[in-house]
Amino acid sequence: MISLDDVWVRYGTAVALDAVTERVKAAEWLCVIGPNGAGKTTLLRAVARQVGHGGRIEVCGEPTARMSRRKLARLVAYVPQRPQLPPDMIVGDYVLLGRTPHIGYLRVENDADRRISAELIDRLGLAGMAGRTLRTLSGGELQRLVLARALAQQAPVLLLDEPTSALDLGRRVDALELVDAIRRERSLTVLSAVHDLTLAGQFADRLLLLDGGSVAASGPPTDVLREEVLRPRFGPGVEVLVTGDGGRAVIARRPPPVVPGLATRAARARSSPS
Amino acid sequence: MTAATPGAAADTPAPRPPAADPAASPAALPQAALPQAAAGQAPAVLVRPQPGRALAVAVAVLLAALVVGVSVGPADLSPTTVAEALLVKMPWHPALSVPPIDTAILWQIRLPRVILGAMVGAMLAGGGAAYQGVFRNPLADPYLLGVAAGAGLGATLVIVSGAGTGLLPAAAFAGAAAAVTITYMLGSGAGRGDGSPGLGASTASIVLAGVAVAALLTAIQEYLQQQNAQELQQIYTWVLGELSLASWSDVTLILPYVIISAAALIAHRRLLDVLRVGEAEASSLGVNVARLRLTVVLAATLGTAAAVAVSGLIGFVGIIVPHTVRLTAGASYRIVLPVSMIGGAAFLVLADVVARTVQAPAEVPLTVITATVGAPFFLFVLRSRSTRRDL
Repeated sequence: MISLDDVWVRYGTAVALDAVTERVKAAEWLCVIGPNGAGKTTLLRAVARQVGHGGRIEVCGEPTARMSRRKLARLVAYVPQRPQLPPDMIVGDYVLLGRTPHIGYLRVENDADRRISAELIDRLGLAGMAGRTLRTLSGGELQRLVLARALAQQAPVLLLDEPTSALDLGRRVDALELVDAIRRERSLTVLSAVHDLTLAGQFADRLLLLDGGSVAASGPPTDVLREEVLRPRFGPGVEVLVTGDGGRAVIARRPPPVVPGLATRAARARSSPS
Repeated sequence: MTAATPGAAADTPAPRPPAADPAASPAALPQAALPQAAAGQAPAVLVRPQPGRALAVAVAVLLAALVVGVSVGPADLSPTTVAEALLVKMPWHPALSVPPIDTAILWQIRLPRVILGAMVGAMLAGGGAAYQGVFRNPLADPYLLGVAAGAGLGATLVIVSGAGTGLLPAAAFAGAAAAVTITYMLGSGAGRGDGSPGLGASTASIVLAGVAVAALLTAIQEYLQQQNAQELQQIYTWVLGELSLASWSDVTLILPYVIISAAALIAHRRLLDVLRVGEAEASSLGVNVARLRLTVVLAATLGTAAAVAVSGLIGFVGIIVPHTVRLTAGASYRIVLPVSMIGGAAFLVLADVVARTVQAPAEVPLTVITATVGAPFFLFVLRSRSTRRDL
């Protein structure tokens, strides 16, 4: 569904993404993980053509580079990490924005567009809020609202950049459960950047670990969520706990200081096994 | 608009908006459908606020303003006289005895002035709303990209060169169009690599180019003005904006630009709503942002330049009217664009009435009136809305 061949992105002289080659199958959920600055967001933005890239990116077998914006928007729905939410916009209008790639230039939405949007508002638990302004919604409601707009594009590919960053622990699981349910209902291909490794491991079919813009590891969660893979990227305090059902929980533990006083990062690194 | 005036003038004297509002609501539906055919269809499942009500109120206010505009002046014409003087010129008019002087005042002085004022107000308010949308900046006004400075320079050149004042509108129009073209070319050439690669120039670099171009053109204009002190009075009269010389030829001169600009802006109302989530997200929703921005700027500039050419520079209309609409009627451009145009027309007609009556027979510059009347009114709306809402 999505294929990246030798994709690179530079911001000025800084290399943000370097020779990334990856295939995401139809209806697969691939989570991009990695430390800050690893290139997770850049990878998503490259697929959404929000940033210029080298190499070749194909969606549904077609290279994205020469596609019109409208065509790309019919194939790829992109939810940025911090979407702009005009406080005085009406909820129903916001979801209708997602219909833009299906509405002719200078046309307005028709009954079918309104029906699709209204169904999504119901499906995402926002029923009764369609006439309210965005400023009256809670963080969790806004999260679902943004998802509703992306789904209104009816694109087979959904790109989610940190979809849970604004939510509390319980709401994070709820939000990802919702994404999971909807992607199964509609057989969507999901490519998401997720900070929380434990959550990523529970929901993704596969994980792609980026480090310094390059692919450091890729595979099912049980292969990638291992201490020897994660510690070089996230620090020596990372521990992977295997839960009773075979799942992986990743925690970061503060190592005991080896010398009295301030323990430097280098000292900590020396003291930890490998 | 003109055709509607006799009806309103005939049955009621001056202001009648509140009483007319509920009755006018269904009647105003064809008005709502006027800009584009699709407006009035029944919402299927998703109810979105229809601009009908706000439009009805705005149209009622405009009609009242037009009646006041043609009635008030050095020679007060009663609404009956106005109605009769209007009818006399109609091909099928009944037998009426209207003093020819009243007919002449209405047709040769009041009507062109009021209609020109309405068109200028509509263009400034609509242009301001569009600029605020496309530059996503609440302080953007229709003079943002150098329209005012360019028009001022063009007009000054004509005045100091001693060419006939008949050339004034054309020169102001040419100056305004040239200034915006220079601004846009310079601004969109710069500013790549601003963090939104692939989207072309940033709006910030275009706005900054506008500041620089305006400063340069204003400097040239002021130099010319200082070198030709004997023409100072005439230049100032033009710069401060006035409608005292309005004629039918001015109306027909700018009418095509007004129609094109208004139609183009209203046609882009949904896309301006898409832009409210930012250029990056709009592009991910399939919008060609650079093309949209250029088209809207062209349309808004065309209307503004035409307005400036016949009226001089009139401030504040382009900021105050759209924001008043946003605060009272809703922030969607489906509402903001058409209601601002109608409201701006009403506002300028009324401002012009004040401008020619407070110091009659002398005229006060229009921009003085729009600021002294408009600014306190706007502050009142701003305060009352922000305390009632959240903030």
